[in-house]
Amino acid sequence: MCNCTDTLIPQIGVITDIRTETPDVKTFRVVGRDGKKLFEHMPGQCAMVSVPGVGEAMFSITSSPTNTEFQEFSIKRCGSLTDYLHDMTVGEEITVRGPYGNAFPVETALKGQNLLFIAGGIGLAPLRSVINYVRDKRENYGTVDILYGSRSMDDLVQLKEIQEEWMNTPGVNVHLTIDREQEGWEGHVGFVPAYLKELEFSTDKTVLVCGPPIMIKFTLAGLIEMGFDKTQVYTTLELRMKCGVGKCGRCNIGSKYVCKDGPVFRCDEIDELPPEY
Amino acid sequence: MQELITRAKELLADGTVSRVLGWKKGDLGWDPEPAYFDKAEELENFIYNPFCGANLSKYLIAAGKLEGTTLVFLKPCDTYSFNQLVKEHRVKKDKTYIIGVGCHGTLDPEKIRNTGVKGIADAVLEGDRVRLNTLYGDKEAAAAEVLLDRCLVCKGKTHVVCDELIGAEPGEEAGPGELAVNRFAQVEELENLPPEERFAFWQEQLSRCIRCNACRNVCPACSCLKCVFDSSQFDSNQKANADTFEEQMFHIIRAFHVAGRCTDCGECSRVCPESIPLHLLNRKFIKDIDTFYGEYQAGADTESKGPLTDFTFEDVEPGIIAERGGGR
Amino acid sequence: MYRVKKDRLTELFTSVSKVQDLFLPLRKCDQTNYGLWTPEETFDLDTLKTVKSAKDCFFPQSEVLYRCRKEDGKISIDPQQLCDRPFVVFGMRACDVKAVEVLDRVFLSDPVDSFYKARREHGTIVSMACHEPEETCFCRNFEIDPAAPGADVETWLTEDSLYWKPLTEKGEALTAAAEEFLEKTEDGDKTVEEEQTAIRGIVEKLPLSHLDLSRFKQENTMELFDSPLWEEMYKPCLACGTCTFVCPTCQCYDIRDFDAGKNGVQRYRCWDSCMYSDFTMMAHGNMRTSQMQRFRQRFMHKLVYYPANNDGLYSCVGCGRCVSKCPASLNIVKVIKKLGGEA
Repeated sequence: MCNCTDTLIPQIGVITDIRTETPDVKTFRVVGRDGKKLFEHMPGQCAMVSVPGVGEAMFSITSSPTNTEFQEFSIKRCGSLTDYLHDMTVGEEITVRGPYGNAFPVETALKGQNLLFIAGGIGLAPLRSVINYVRDKRENYGTVDILYGSRSMDDLVQLKEIQEEWMNTPGVNVHLTIDREQEGWEGHVGFVPAYLKELEFSTDKTVLVCGPPIMIKFTLAGLIEMGFDKTQVYTTLELRMKCGVGKCGRCNIGSKYVCKDGPVFRCDEIDELPPEY
Repeated sequence: MQELITRAKELLADGTVSRVLGWKKGDLGWDPEPAYFDKAEELENFIYNPFCGANLSKYLIAAGKLEGTTLVFLKPCDTYSFNQLVKEHRVKKDKTYIIGVGCHGTLDPEKIRNTGVKGIADAVLEGDRVRLNTLYGDKEAAAAEVLLDRCLVCKGKTHVVCDELIGAEPGEEAGPGELAVNRFAQVEELENLPPEERFAFWQEQLSRCIRCNACRNVCPACSCLKCVFDSSQFDSNQKANADTFEEQMFHIIRAFHVAGRCTDCGECSRVCPESIPLHLLNRKFIKDIDTFYGEYQAGADTESKGPLTDFTFEDVEPGIIAERGGGR
Repeated sequence: MYRVKKDRLTELFTSVSKVQDLFLPLRKCDQTNYGLWTPEETFDLDTLKTVKSAKDCFFPQSEVLYRCRKEDGKISIDPQQLCDRPFVVFGMRACDVKAVEVLDRVFLSDPVDSFYKARREHGTIVSMACHEPEETCFCRNFEIDPAAPGADVETWLTEDSLYWKPLTEKGEALTAAAEEFLEKTEDGDKTVEEEQTAIRGIVEKLPLSHLDLSRFKQENTMELFDSPLWEEMYKPCLACGTCTFVCPTCQCYDIRDFDAGKNGVQRYRCWDSCMYSDFTMMAHGNMRTSQMQRFRQRFMHKLVYYPANNDGLYSCVGCGRCVSKCPASLNIVKVIKKLGGEA
């Protein structure tokens, strides 16, 4: 009998569903071999997903903790591991360890607040976990606005869930946008930061932003211009990680380890870090 | 040394060069550091002494991307590396102003320590003796015992390329040492060992490798923008030996890759923290190339075709492998 | 205080090595490194600094975490057995002993690294005072006393004897086990005190003993980070990993797979270096694209970030290995002087 248990030793996960979200994003549903959830997590937390012999990488958990049956990961094809994952089929096994990192403060700072979610592209993945958590505990939160944009209509992740479920939740307003005009799209066209200004939100909201760095940069500038304070804005950072527990040193910026002290940071906290993210 | 500083200042002042690449005083007398000097006043920290073993040629790849001409001080053997880099289109002669500096051998602090000397504060090379000032009193060592390995096979005191010479006489000959007469003596010794003993020798040496990559990063012939060993697509690891095979594979592949281009500058062995005699692998290739394709000194000029990138009817036939006992 | 005659050390080591693994500085090919001692090996207690530190004994350069196999689409995971054999590391200097504390704070903090913890629990450290400190030593700046190296047992090596003083329970246990070779000594204290005075006297006079570290504080993070001096300092850096791999406190690691053929996949971890270009490389980009940034990270981590998380403890112990081994003669002392000024 082996005497070893360590956070670096993963669990075995079974893929029970794969949804093609966009041409390069798929959502994988994962459970343990016993058919149950692998672990409990909070919105914003991540897990290390691996295919032995191919690689291991950190992905945010996109399903809500309120889902009692499984975890989901929305994964964009962008390297050797994600290529391999995209070619896998339902029933195949992977390894998962986690959850890692902090979470959006859904039970503390965000409670009772009006929320504004701003996401770009695959950046919806971590926010979807919070959005569904908030929808399931609707009474604990104020108004919910979701501003989500992507390159094209085909690049909007979770579109079915957005249209069928989010848009029909009372007190939840969804604002979609795509970068360029496209046949069959009747919604807004334009970049997320530009649309944000057009929407003229009141500043009585707590904002959660996630997307490509360039979008975050301009969105943050837009929010400040609109009168938001940095203490009202949360985002997640993404860096290379190996251990997930603040030891291997890879995601170290300043005195923080993004895998352990993050990935969720309030924007005024990020200002105190050397700009290496 | 003052002459070098004065000349560098002149060349900076008249705009011939935009910066100077040389050696800067360290904290301990034996640890000068390769350094750029952009202004005349910075040259006050310039130093040139027998501890300036570092071959500055490879830094010229980076310097070549900067505006203007770089003045570089090269020892005779360093100029071979420079020529080879020119031949490989890694550096441009017209972006470089070379002052050839005289050299009477460079010292290896590691070898000094190995003679049992501790706390070296300073060392002076005087003829065939090195006088050492240490924390524990004055000591002495025979120069031949503490010279860098490369100096034992000195190619001579001639700079194969330079714009001017300071402190060096053209045509000055290298001192006669046993190895300078036959630089392949150590290689031959290894060749004459039974295969199992030769294998044991290299295993003992290479098993000390810590995979720091200093040999590769310092090597003027290793100028690939991205090394195959740094590729994540390659089933190897540049940071640790996943097994005993890998430590040998890394060094042997590297030796193959620099074969025909290695000038035998000895930087690999100079920087190895574990003092592995890596130059012997490269020198074995040089010896074989000499035997198979005729004597060839990489970096002796910038025009001749390398033996492994050229073809002649006199080239050795592959059958030589069987003749040498390497076939099955 | 106990004493063992120098010429009986081999007997002492033989006796210890019969019941547990004994790691000693071993002399091979003109170099001294820690290794498992057997009577056929030559130990070397005179060389002050092993090339690599004793870090490998607790955090090896490369170690398997678990093995994976895939059969009929089913993955099986077989974790590596944790260290369960007691061992002794003999001859660690004060700086390397302090470095273990630096590593402890990383690997024993929550969540505990079980691989490291098992080795720490099973390892007994016998330290040795630095008879003749060298010019590259600068441990004094980190309040380390090479005349009183600490750990489980501390020892002093003189002309003819090794003086032995157990400090912990583990140290007492080892002392009891080696009783046969250790004689109690009355005048030992005096000899040791003399040796200590001599060592401390030399330390005061070492060229790198008086550095000013006062600027390396968390509140100066951004000022130090933005300093234009990094741009000047990094240029000779070859981007190799020598400083990292000879450093007793560097703790960054990588996790990789080794395809062991029909034996499945070994997932192992190995030391990594923030000096390497792929350290922060991700599928979609790299947050440190220049060597200046990577160079800065190493020193900021040791002098500012690590202390910020660990009650002001620096992640440098002044062992001086980087001073003697850097191929370009760059080192943390030069960085401290340049950024912090000299006292």
